[in-house]
Amino acid sequence: MAFDYEQYLRPGKLPHIWCPGCGHGIVMKGLLRAIDTCGLEKNNTAIVSGIGCASRLPGYVDFNTLHTAHGRAAAFATGIKMAKPEMDVLVVGGDGDGVAIGGNHFIHACRRNIDMTYVLLNNYIYGMTGGQFSPCTPTWAKASTTPYGNPDPIFDVPKLAIGAGATFVARTTAFHATQIDKLIAAGLRHKGMAVIEVLDDCPTAYGRRNKFRSVVDMMKRLKEIAVPVKAAAHMTPEQLEGKVLTGILHQEERPEYCEQYQQVIARAQGA
Amino acid sequence: MAKKVALLQGNEACAYGALYAGCSFFGGYPITPSTEVAEVMSKELPKTGGKFIQMEDEIAAMASILGASLTGAKALTASSGPGISLKQELIGYACIAEIPCVIVNVMRGGPSTGMPTGPSQSDVMQAKWGTHGDHPAIALAPASCQEIFSETVRAFNLAEIYRMPVQVLLDEINGHMRERIEFPEPGDLEVVDRQQATVSPADYKPFDDSQGDIPPLASFGSEYRYHVTGLNKAADGFPTSKPELVDAEQRRQLRKIEANRAAIEKNEEYLIDDAEVIVVAYGTISRSARYAVDVLRKEGIKAGLFRPITLWPFPEQRMAELAGQAKAIVVPEMNLGQLILEVERVTRRVCPIEGIGRVDGEPITPAQIVAKVKEVL
Ligand SMILES: Cc1ncc(C[n+]2csc(CCOP(=O)(O)OP(=O)(O)O)c2C)c(N)n1
Ligand code: SF4
Ligand SMILES: [Mg+2]
Repeated sequence: MAFDYEQYLRPGKLPHIWCPGCGHGIVMKGLLRAIDTCGLEKNNTAIVSGIGCASRLPGYVDFNTLHTAHGRAAAFATGIKMAKPEMDVLVVGGDGDGVAIGGNHFIHACRRNIDMTYVLLNNYIYGMTGGQFSPCTPTWAKASTTPYGNPDPIFDVPKLAIGAGATFVARTTAFHATQIDKLIAAGLRHKGMAVIEVLDDCPTAYGRRNKFRSVVDMMKRLKEIAVPVKAAAHMTPEQLEGKVLTGILHQEERPEYCEQYQQVIARAQGA
Repeated sequence: MAKKVALLQGNEACAYGALYAGCSFFGGYPITPSTEVAEVMSKELPKTGGKFIQMEDEIAAMASILGASLTGAKALTASSGPGISLKQELIGYACIAEIPCVIVNVMRGGPSTGMPTGPSQSDVMQAKWGTHGDHPAIALAPASCQEIFSETVRAFNLAEIYRMPVQVLLDEINGHMRERIEFPEPGDLEVVDRQQATVSPADYKPFDDSQGDIPPLASFGSEYRYHVTGLNKAADGFPTSKPELVDAEQRRQLRKIEANRAAIEKNEEYLIDDAEVIVVAYGTISRSARYAVDVLRKEGIKAGLFRPITLWPFPEQRMAELAGQAKAIVVPEMNLGQLILEVERVTRRVCPIEGIGRVDGEPITPAQIVAKVKEVL
C-alpha cells in the first residue's frame, strides 16, 4: 500500500517553496516515513530548523515545529530537549545553516550527546540566497561568490560529527530514497545525538553553474559517488577517490546528556 | 514569624528572585560581571528539578531559553556587554515569535570588551534598540539588592503577561554589592503564570488576536501543536507577506506596550512635590542621587529625585508633568548621555536639562550631583 503522507502534512500549506527538481522534498518524504516507522506521536515531537530552503521543511509537517534563526536550530532544540526530555526532538536544515553559521552549535550538540536526531540536507550550496558557496561546496566548484572557482576546502559532515562526539552518524543521498527513512529511523531509535547527512541537489543555485544539464544528471552523480561502507572496506584508496561513504558510519553508546543531568538533579537533591 | 534574611550580592538576589518567580530553566555563558547569576542558578535549579545549561556561546544560551520557554518553562539568561550584543539576534526572535523570557544584563563598560570589571549604564539604548526592526521593549533597572530580587520577579511576570523578552539592567556595582535582603514568603510578591490556551487544539492559533493583543501561548508537548517562525506571520503562526497582515502584526506588537503603560511603568519619587530641581536617576546612580538630594535639601535647595524603575517603556507622561514644575532637570548616568535623550524628548525641553556622564569606571558621586545642581540653578 502506498504510504499516506497526507496524514503528516499540514492541510493548506502546500505548495512548498522548493524548485522543481530540488532534493529537499525527497528528504522530507523519507523523514515522514521514518517518523511513521518509529511511531512518533505528533504532539510529542518537535521539529526544529534554522533558515534556508531546507529549513522550510517544518512548516509543511504537522508536529510542534520551530523555524528559528539561521544556524541556531540545534541550540533551540537543546533547550526544548533539556526542558522536556520526554519529547522527541529533530533538527533539519541545510549545509550552510548547520556547519557554517551553526557550526558551533552543531559540534556542541554532538559533544553533549543530547538525544536528538539531526537531519542535515547537504546540497553543497547556499540555495536560498541564490548560490553562494558553503563549507560543503567542493573545491573549485562554481558559486555566485566564487566566480573563479572555490578555493576553500570542504567540511566532511560525518567526520565533523564523529570528531565532535555524535554517537550515531550516517550518510545517504537523495538518490537512495529508501535508505533515507531507514537511516533516519535508526537515528531516531538511537539514544543520543544522531546525525544523518543526506546529500541532495540544488539544480537552481548549484546545478546550473556547475554544468549539470539536468536534475537527472545531478541524481546520476549522487548515485555514482555513493559507496556503502561495507563495500568500501574492500576497495583501494584509488577506487575510493571522489566517492563518499554511505550507510551507518559510526555508532557507539555513551551517556546521554539529559540523563547525565538527571544525575545532577539527584546529586543536588542529596540522593 | 521572622522573615529569612541574608547578606546577598545583587547578582545572587537576582537569581533568588528568578527562583521565587518559578524560573525552571537557565541557559548561560559566563561573563564578568554577571557570572554569579549563573553560579547560583547552577546550584539551586537542580534542587527544584529545574535545568541549568551552560551553552557554547551567548547566542546559544539565548536560543536554549527560547526553546525551553516554548515547552512552558519560565526561562532566564544572564550576561553582560559583549554577551548581550551576541544575544540581540534572538532577542529579536523572542519579540517577533512572542516568547516570554528574562534577560539579565549586568552592565559593564564598552563597547566591545571595554571594561569587564568596570560599572556602566551604557546599554540603556541597546535595551530598547539593540535588535533590528521595530519591536516592543521592557527593561527594568532596580537599585538595591532587595529591589533586584523583587524586580526580577516582576520581570518574569511582565514577560509572561506580555509574551515577550524582558530585560533586567543591573550594573557592576549593584550586581556585586552586598546588602541585607529579606526573603519574601511565597505569596508576598505577585507571581504571574502563563496564560493557558482554552480553545480546542484544532482551533488554536498562536497569534490569534481576536480576543486581545496578547494571545495565549500553548506549550510544545501539550495537546496543542503549532508552528513558530521568525518571519512575519499570520494569526496561525505561518509566514505571510500580505501587507495588511504584516502591518497589523507589527502594530499589535508595539501596542502590547503602549496600551499597557500604566501596568508596566514603575517609578519612585523622592521629595518631588515642591522640587525645583529634579534629578532623574536610575539603578545604582539613583543611590548617589538620593544622597545628593538630602544634602541639597539641608542647604535649603529644593531638590527631588525621580527614579524610573521601568526604563522601557520610559515613563513619558509623568516625566513631562514633572518637567512642568521644575526649574531644571539633572540626569546623572554612567554613560555619555542615553536616558537624557528620552528626558529631553518627552519634556520638550521646557526647562534646562543637564546631564552628568561618567565612563571612567567610577560611579557618579553625590558631590558631583550636588555641584551640578548648584550650577544649573
Ligand atoms: C544571520 C543570517 N545571515 C544570513 C542569512 C541569509 N541566509 C538565508 S538562508 C542562507 C543559506 C542557506 O543555505 P543552506 O543552509 O545550505 O540551505 P539551503 O537553502 O541550501 O537549503 C543564508 C546565508 C540569514 N537569514 N541570517
Ligand atoms: S534554490 Fe536550490 S535548494 Fe532552494 S528550493 Fe531551489 S533547488 Fe531547492
Ligand atoms: Mg545548502
